[in-house]
Amino acid sequence: MKTLSNVLYITSPEVYLSLDGENVVVRKDEHTSTRLPLHNLENIVCFNWQGVSPALMGACAERGIGLAFLSPNGRFLGRVTGKVYGNVLLRKKQYLISEHESQCVPIASSFLIGKIYNSRKVIERALRDHGLLVDKDTLGRASAFLKEILKGLTTCKHIPELMAFEGSAAKIYFSVFDQLILQQKEDFHFEERSRRPPLDNMNSLLSFLYTLLTNEAMSALEAVGLDPYVGFLHADRPGRPSLALDLMEELRPVFADRLALSLVNRKQITGKGFTQKESGGILMDDDTRKTVITAWQERKKEEIEHPYLKERIPFGLIPHVQALLLARYLRGDLDAYPPFFWN
Amino acid sequence: MMVLITYDVNTETDEGKKRLRKVAKACQDYGQRVQNSVFECVIDPARLRILQAKLEKLIDKKKDSLRYYYLGDEWKNRVEHVGAKPSFDLTGTLIA
Repeated sequence: MKTLSNVLYITSPEVYLSLDGENVVVRKDEHTSTRLPLHNLENIVCFNWQGVSPALMGACAERGIGLAFLSPNGRFLGRVTGKVYGNVLLRKKQYLISEHESQCVPIASSFLIGKIYNSRKVIERALRDHGLLVDKDTLGRASAFLKEILKGLTTCKHIPELMAFEGSAAKIYFSVFDQLILQQKEDFHFEERSRRPPLDNMNSLLSFLYTLLTNEAMSALEAVGLDPYVGFLHADRPGRPSLALDLMEELRPVFADRLALSLVNRKQITGKGFTQKESGGILMDDDTRKTVITAWQERKKEEIEHPYLKERIPFGLIPHVQALLLARYLRGDLDAYPPFFWN
Repeated sequence: MMVLITYDVNTETDEGKKRLRKVAKACQDYGQRVQNSVFECVIDPARLRILQAKLEKLIDKKKDSLRYYYLGDEWKNRVEHVGAKPSFDLTGTLIA
């Protein structure tokens, strides 16, 4: 089994990264620099302006270390991709299946079953842990509704039908999301999902976590040799990593939504860490971003038993395991793609 | 796992000084320099074999010595630092 290596996050804008031997050298100014051996890393995520030396880009590409560039406010800019991993037969199979709706439907519905199951789990958890603080009836109804949708999904024959089910599931899920925020209500509330730009603190936090997750999903897919841009549920569009978005669906509630709620409910972040821009968009400040990244990294180290593999793995390897299972299904080694069910 | 690598390379000759530089460089590729000839490496067993092979080729076994201390996965309980030049935790959250 693959081991979970570390991720280097560069959040100071004035930092420059370069390569020395087998080390990444993080240079702040002439005197301060930190060296990290490359073999300890599996991803480098840069939020800096100065960038990375071409030699380091090459070294990362060669070793399969993901290198992603994001703007200092967290918008995804690009990734360095090296040699294509895996084999061409797998990718051809992926393209072939993506052309036939009837073959996409079982995979797409697996992703959505995972997503809705996990969203429901988020609601059920709040009911279980904070039964006295939340509106039991509304949450109970939402949970029952999601359960019905799960049943409906299994009979879908077409992608638009699936999308319609997912739309109503998302609507009901996000309509009760505000109730899951138990603390700091004056600073964190949720009415509806807004993005590009996110219009309130909670949306800003969710968007940032989704960006981190997209990056992990893309790295995982590339590492098993799949093309992150050819999806089964999300339609192809230039520049859109459709398969990464597909894979994320089932992981969003567990990785991002739940983490966002914990950060707010445990008061690890506060409303002071967010500022509004002229455009109306909300931005996180550096300290808040660091807190979020730290929590994200800690989360990835927690161990769980994978429901399908029945093996204990760190949380952070789930995207990789799911990508691997998807590749196995495409190769014909599995009868169906098993979504990740969070327990 | 964590492996502590320490070396003593005889630098009386130019040849020795050259070996010292090479050994230091090889160690630096895989770990963090915590003191002059002491490196901490968070490394998997396969990579460690590669590093050991490299180092053992570089040194002159009649004059120099290498020591490996295997600290395992629970090394954090076994390492304590006092004084200047604190190291950073390669397995912790890395934010720069």
